[in-house]
Amino acid sequence: MDEIITLDYGSGGKKTSRLIEQYILPGFSNPALDVLGDGALIPGSGTLAFSTDSFVVDPLFFPGGDIGKLAICGTVNDIAMCGAEPKFLSCALIIEEGLPMQTLERVLQSMHDAAKKAGVQIVTGDTKVVDRGRGDKLYINTAGIGYQKHALAGLAAVRPGDAVLVSGTVGDHGTGVMLARSGMMEGEIRSDCAALNGLAEAMLSCGAAVRILRDPTRGGLATTLNEFTEGQNFGIELEEDAVPVRPEVRSACDLLGLEPIYCANEGKLVCICAKEDAARLLETMKQVPEGQNAAVIGRVTEDAAGRVVMRTALGGRRILQKLAGAQLPRIC
Amino acid sequence: MRSDETCRKLLEAIADLPLGETQIMEVCGTHTMAIAEAGIRSLLPKQIRLISGPGCPVCVTPPEDIDAVLELAMEPDVVLTSYGDMLRVPGSRRGDSLMRRRALGADVRIVYSPVDAVEIAAQEPEKQVVFLGVGFETTAPGTAAALLTAKERGLKNFTVLSLLKSVEPALRALMATEDFAVSGFLCPGHVATIIGEAGFRFLPEEYRMPGVISGFETEEILTAVYLLLRQIADGTPTIQNAYPRAVRPEGNILAKQMLQRAFTLQRANWRGLGEIPQSGFALREELSDYDAAKRFRIHPGQAVLQNGCRCGEVITGKLRPRQCPLFERVCTPEDPVGPCMVSSEGACAAAYKYQEI
Repeated sequence: MDEIITLDYGSGGKKTSRLIEQYILPGFSNPALDVLGDGALIPGSGTLAFSTDSFVVDPLFFPGGDIGKLAICGTVNDIAMCGAEPKFLSCALIIEEGLPMQTLERVLQSMHDAAKKAGVQIVTGDTKVVDRGRGDKLYINTAGIGYQKHALAGLAAVRPGDAVLVSGTVGDHGTGVMLARSGMMEGEIRSDCAALNGLAEAMLSCGAAVRILRDPTRGGLATTLNEFTEGQNFGIELEEDAVPVRPEVRSACDLLGLEPIYCANEGKLVCICAKEDAARLLETMKQVPEGQNAAVIGRVTEDAAGRVVMRTALGGRRILQKLAGAQLPRIC
Repeated sequence: MRSDETCRKLLEAIADLPLGETQIMEVCGTHTMAIAEAGIRSLLPKQIRLISGPGCPVCVTPPEDIDAVLELAMEPDVVLTSYGDMLRVPGSRRGDSLMRRRALGADVRIVYSPVDAVEIAAQEPEKQVVFLGVGFETTAPGTAAALLTAKERGLKNFTVLSLLKSVEPALRALMATEDFAVSGFLCPGHVATIIGEAGFRFLPEEYRMPGVISGFETEEILTAVYLLLRQIADGTPTIQNAYPRAVRPEGNILAKQMLQRAFTLQRANWRGLGEIPQSGFALREELSDYDAAKRFRIHPGQAVLQNGCRCGEVITGKLRPRQCPLFERVCTPEDPVGPCMVSSEGACAAAYKYQEI
């Protein structure tokens, strides 16, 4: 059967990996791209971090954020995860004919506020309007650049025993948006949408040996951890009990048949750091608002190389896979 | 309060029971998932085997019915509304699914309740809104309510394609199969909230088959497993309710009345079990205007076989997921051959997702 693009290709999971590796990378391969980091690092008089992201969230407004705030924070975070200081953003708006101007204004105001808070400026942009029915209200693309301040050693430097940390509760954004979409439990769960450049800066300047940072957006924590271990000679063991999850996120996930560790986050980061620095790093994270619920959630292991293993509350151990495709709510 | 201590004690009590090789079966997809997630199989003594039965409604839907749904989705002006589970389930052709049909232009929408589908019909009178009814007694009352509401509101553009099924006839058919070697059933808690303990009494009374109705927390499942194994060890088959906080002896009378008002039981095709008389919830004659099968002249096609797919054997407990030659090698959640790998309650999906090591 001829392959076509389905929603699964946009889920951030295995199908997305296949799309990138099989169709996109071969034609565009270059050293900056091939690393597949959150942003590209471009050497020069300083090392420049460069990243882009598109935002198509439905609904445009949801508890805790909106498409505008998301568009700023998403790109700021990708740059920050590279150890760089995000400075300048571009912004392209693709607007569907018929969008109320008031809606656009609300989104732009929110972008303005988020940019100000994150300390970035939008310095270039573009606007297109498409026929009604050819788009869904509003799509936003942002790209951002910033100079790298802290060179991260990356996955090559990861050693058995290293600690795995997350900056707070997982699954808030994914479940919040899904509930907003369904009209169920409205407003009970807020997206965690937030810029993480302040948190990243605090972490990288506290002297801890941070190997890598990444923001677990689509595909959630489980997928990001799998990206860390894939093809590597180490594994990661995750403690089920140690992963912070809000009780309301857990009940919403139970109801929808989803798992918080596979749900998107928009204001969280995952990091691997040297074992001896974990306590100090955790302390530093907790002093920043975006990291107040940070926790050590697991460790790097020599065995189960290439895999992520979850130690369950009862003491069982099981392999944690990447997300397969888009998260779909279940029957009962 | 964490129940780890209770769980350990239950596991010890299970290990102390004087039992040889014993197979018990869970007949609820939510149990299948919960059991795999908590890693219960690896915690039970070696001689006790817990196998999955026909408890996943998506999985028991035969490929010819899925094919009919895929065709229906392509009809002009049809809005096919469904629970999310059904979207990736392949029809008889691999890779063909509602997800694919949607990408090809079909208007397929995920709803969280059949009532949402009624709402869509009211708001978009120029469309033909079809709700895809898949499930057991758990979901059937909701579908019945939607049908009755649509009739009350006089909606002309709402129909239901009912692939809903009843658990009891499936269990009877399963027990009648050759080489059926299960000594007791872990009965589905959600279905039992509707049909009550009464709905499972036929097990001990007619088949001398023990059954325990179970909840879904690890502790509840282990309690039910212990009670079931004790019945087997004692040779005293009965129905025990280990989920009393949700299940009443008589079930949910209102929901059962709702089922009566909307449906009659007719023969239906099941994956793995074939045709079973009086096992499918078909719309009553007086609701025939709301029957998608009639409005769109859908005739269940000939039973079709999928290349190499052995979901039928998995559903009936004859084959464990990892014994299927396609498992993980050819059949994965991203690219499934059969429904057991893709349904959120499928035995293969559970085995794939929660690989115990």
